[in-house]
Amino acid sequence: MAVDISAREYTTIKEAAGPLIVVEGVEGVSYGEVVKIVTPEGEEKTGQVLEASKGLAVVQVFEGTSGIDTSRTRVRFTGDIMRVSVSQDMVGRFFDGLGNPRDGGPEIIAEDRLSIIGAAINPSARDYPREFIQTGISTIDGMNTLVRGQKLPIFSGAGMPHNALAAQIARQAKVLTTGETFSVVFAAMGITHEEASFFMRDFERTGAIERIVAFINLADDPAIERVITPRMALTTAEFLAYEYDMHILVILTDMTNYCEALREISAAREEVPGRRGYPGYMYTDLSTIYERAGRIKGRKGSITQIPILSMPDDDITHPIPDLTGYITEGQFVLSRDLHRRGIYPPVDVLPSLSRLMDEGIGPGRTREDHAGVSNQLYAGYAEGRDMRDLVAVVGEEALTSRDRKYLEFADVFEKRFVTQAQNEDRSIEETLDLGWELLATLPEGELKRIDEHIIKKYHPKYRAAN
Amino acid sequence: MVEEGTIVKIAGPLVVADKMRGCEMYEVIKVGEEGVLGETIRLDGDLAYIQVYEDTTGLKPGEPVIRTGFPLSVELGPGILKNFYDGVQRPLEAIREKVGDYITRGVYVEALDRTRKWKFTPVAEEGKDIQGGDVLGTVQETKVIEHRILVPPNVEGKLLELKEGEFNVEETIGRVETAKGELELRMMQRWPVRKGRPYREKLDPDVPLLTGQRINDTFFPIAKGGTGAIPGGFGTGKTVMQHQLARWADSQVIVYIGCGERGNEMTEVLEDFPKLIDPHTGETLMERSTLIANTSNMPVAAREASIYTGITIAEYYRDMGYDVAIQADSTSRWAEALREISGRLEEMPGEEGYPAYLAARLSDFYERAGRVRTLGSDEARIGSVTVVGAVSPPGGDFSEPVTQNTLRVVGDFWALDSSLADRRHFPAISWLRSYSLYIGYLSEWFNTHAGPDFMDQREEMMSLLQKEAELQEIVQLVGADALPPAERGTLEVARMIREDFLQQNAYHEVDSYCPLEKQYLMAKVILQWYDNAKEAIEGGISIEKLETMRIKDVIARMKYIKNEEFRAKYEEIMRAMKDEFAELRSKAAQ
Repeated sequence: MAVDISAREYTTIKEAAGPLIVVEGVEGVSYGEVVKIVTPEGEEKTGQVLEASKGLAVVQVFEGTSGIDTSRTRVRFTGDIMRVSVSQDMVGRFFDGLGNPRDGGPEIIAEDRLSIIGAAINPSARDYPREFIQTGISTIDGMNTLVRGQKLPIFSGAGMPHNALAAQIARQAKVLTTGETFSVVFAAMGITHEEASFFMRDFERTGAIERIVAFINLADDPAIERVITPRMALTTAEFLAYEYDMHILVILTDMTNYCEALREISAAREEVPGRRGYPGYMYTDLSTIYERAGRIKGRKGSITQIPILSMPDDDITHPIPDLTGYITEGQFVLSRDLHRRGIYPPVDVLPSLSRLMDEGIGPGRTREDHAGVSNQLYAGYAEGRDMRDLVAVVGEEALTSRDRKYLEFADVFEKRFVTQAQNEDRSIEETLDLGWELLATLPEGELKRIDEHIIKKYHPKYRAAN
Repeated sequence: MVEEGTIVKIAGPLVVADKMRGCEMYEVIKVGEEGVLGETIRLDGDLAYIQVYEDTTGLKPGEPVIRTGFPLSVELGPGILKNFYDGVQRPLEAIREKVGDYITRGVYVEALDRTRKWKFTPVAEEGKDIQGGDVLGTVQETKVIEHRILVPPNVEGKLLELKEGEFNVEETIGRVETAKGELELRMMQRWPVRKGRPYREKLDPDVPLLTGQRINDTFFPIAKGGTGAIPGGFGTGKTVMQHQLARWADSQVIVYIGCGERGNEMTEVLEDFPKLIDPHTGETLMERSTLIANTSNMPVAAREASIYTGITIAEYYRDMGYDVAIQADSTSRWAEALREISGRLEEMPGEEGYPAYLAARLSDFYERAGRVRTLGSDEARIGSVTVVGAVSPPGGDFSEPVTQNTLRVVGDFWALDSSLADRRHFPAISWLRSYSLYIGYLSEWFNTHAGPDFMDQREEMMSLLQKEAELQEIVQLVGADALPPAERGTLEVARMIREDFLQQNAYHEVDSYCPLEKQYLMAKVILQWYDNAKEAIEGGISIEKLETMRIKDVIARMKYIKNEEFRAKYEEIMRAMKDEFAELRSKAAQ
């Protein structure tokens, strides 16, 4: 980092509390400025100005305040805002949560140093995402289609295979029309060593490591650093996407840890809390991360985001999944019930959703029957699940023959359509044909959500005759 | 005289400056060396608390702040329609041309293009007395909207001169002699956003705003000048609903406010509106629309201002005598902006951290809606502003403060239900929880204009759905088989009402918009089936036979019949139904 001779150094820490320090007697400090802190032990820490007033600055310290005292600790204001050094050479490298190399390799020779706070994309500059991404997973491709430039989180819970699912998506994702694959920018916040090494092993095994940039903050790394990690990752992703025309898949895991860090800072500042102690501005803060996904008119690259978050106590109304769902363009929800029954991937399609699906599917993109099949599968499965609840009360005998058909449909749907192996890469045709096979078990009159001419063309009954 | 102070503190979107004595509340302030825009929201001795409409990173204590002496205002004049603004009326397309794909700080572009000339045709006569609200002349703003240039509300006097020709919005088009001296008239006027524009009187909401959405028009109609709220958790279809209302409602001007929502959704509106054809005018929707976008990642203070910017523009078109509809998506994000700024001011919080004045601000906003007789000497001019606000309750829980305070002031409650959305029943408006307070005002209109028994049909369908909900509780316990045939018939018709009438596919080219006549006839078909079915059940025909009737498939697909062909097809369907029931009866008789 370049040394700024105009930088001002102080030893006037007035107060240290939680992750914050208050420095007095300062001059010319700007809001958001980066601060270097040297403890009496000689340890160097990094911080950022959260509040700048005349003669007083509140600084959040990413590495925590342990070792900081109020007489000998030196605080240097760098005069610069938070930046990340970016270069094409970052591909294939691992960094820590603040962007320092973690893989023992050399420092990055920066092509540019970019502010990690992404300015908002002008809505009139956005290009609406509509290119279908085939992930090879039926519940995603068939029913909650991902498109290039979308942000689509995985809502999971402790102990569920969200990592395996994310790794499978990263491995298999491709754009059908061009066959292009994705480069991955991976940001880990507070995940365990085992989780991190699972990803790394998986990337190495499949050779994906060649096209990955990883920023890793582990569970035992400084917690406050986690508010910076995703922004480092996204700034790098934007650089690669818009300067080098790459298609980037950004995986952010685990956003719950990010929000915890945000809460810690907010509590230390004694701010008025919103729901469950999380700060009132968490929605806005999260949006400045998620909204960095997208496509821009006239630029070739794109940024697709798959944030992963674990819902505390599997509660989808918890503020973290709730605020996320209000910003992202849908969600994949993993179900503990399916997982317990040994179904992989345990995607519960009913609460899952892809808002950009309608534009990404259909003739020329996937197949003309896609929308109808997807809707009908939804309706059928939803009805079948209702029947299951009903059977639990009244027994199967009380069902009409129509109801019984739906009950069976729900079972077969889970066993054949949802279930697939971790290395099984189904094409969209295979997924849709499988869908038709299942729909054929229902009476044809029940297929109200599919246009008649589509039924005549794709229903196995007529297809065999054609 | 330049009034100047200095920054003493910066915390997020809030800046505190001193040496500001004499500054007014809600005065616009230029903050820092770059002169980014802000607005005073609290005064305390020499200190002024300023909410800043742009990112504050890099600002320092000691930088200057400059007072402008004006409250936050919008520019009103030709050129608003077909345009696309941020929350403080900066034109986004022009900003993009100036600084590129990202919104950077300190960019200033005028809301109305000064280089564009408009052809002005005078209407008022020179030498006559004019007053606020009078039409001076007209400009063809877009293909469908004639922009009426009005005398500003507070101006009165004798019209000395009025020119004809091509002018930009700032050029003088005429002169008026007022009590305070001579005044130049221009096409553009300014109006402070936090102050409602005056009108002569408010009228009763007795004309419906037709939306082409069956559950809205037939079940829970909204009046022109009415207010409605669409609360629902994420994924329940608030935004699609808002888009549908903006697309198809029979208002002449649309103000669409994307308040703290997704960037891609605004892009969708931007791409769709210039392509979609408005069924009322035959031109594209963009010809009658203006968009205000302050997406979630854009500065939070500008988000707070965006709904006021929107409603002031709406009131301006109302004053010309137009029916204007505002879609605000989402008012919860606006309330959150209010909360964030209140938190920075360290105000004592009310419920869930929202400021205690949340309820007052919400009702102030919704009360600016209404159908009014406008100012001006021609007393016949009537315009309206209809406001529909989406609400995003955390966790889909309607007991939270924004939903509850909104419900206290709006006339329509369209409750979105996530269990309906999960099974892809769209629009996911719950028929059991929703209500419209305008029914009493509107019944007469519907019965005269749609069909004499329109309201009776509505009531019958509502009571069938109500009955279904009760029966479902029994079914949950004993199964459908245990019900007597008559009640299974009720369940069957209720299912038809839900699936074949209430469900409406926003993405289907025909079904997206359903004219009122078609709604009326569709309801008629379903209720006719029920009448016949009841008779058949009494005649001993089994419920299974009725459930598998051929006509039911036809009814299920009737929403996809082209709107202009529906009248003819309706007769066919009714005939076929009569025949099939006759066939059932004759078979049973054998």
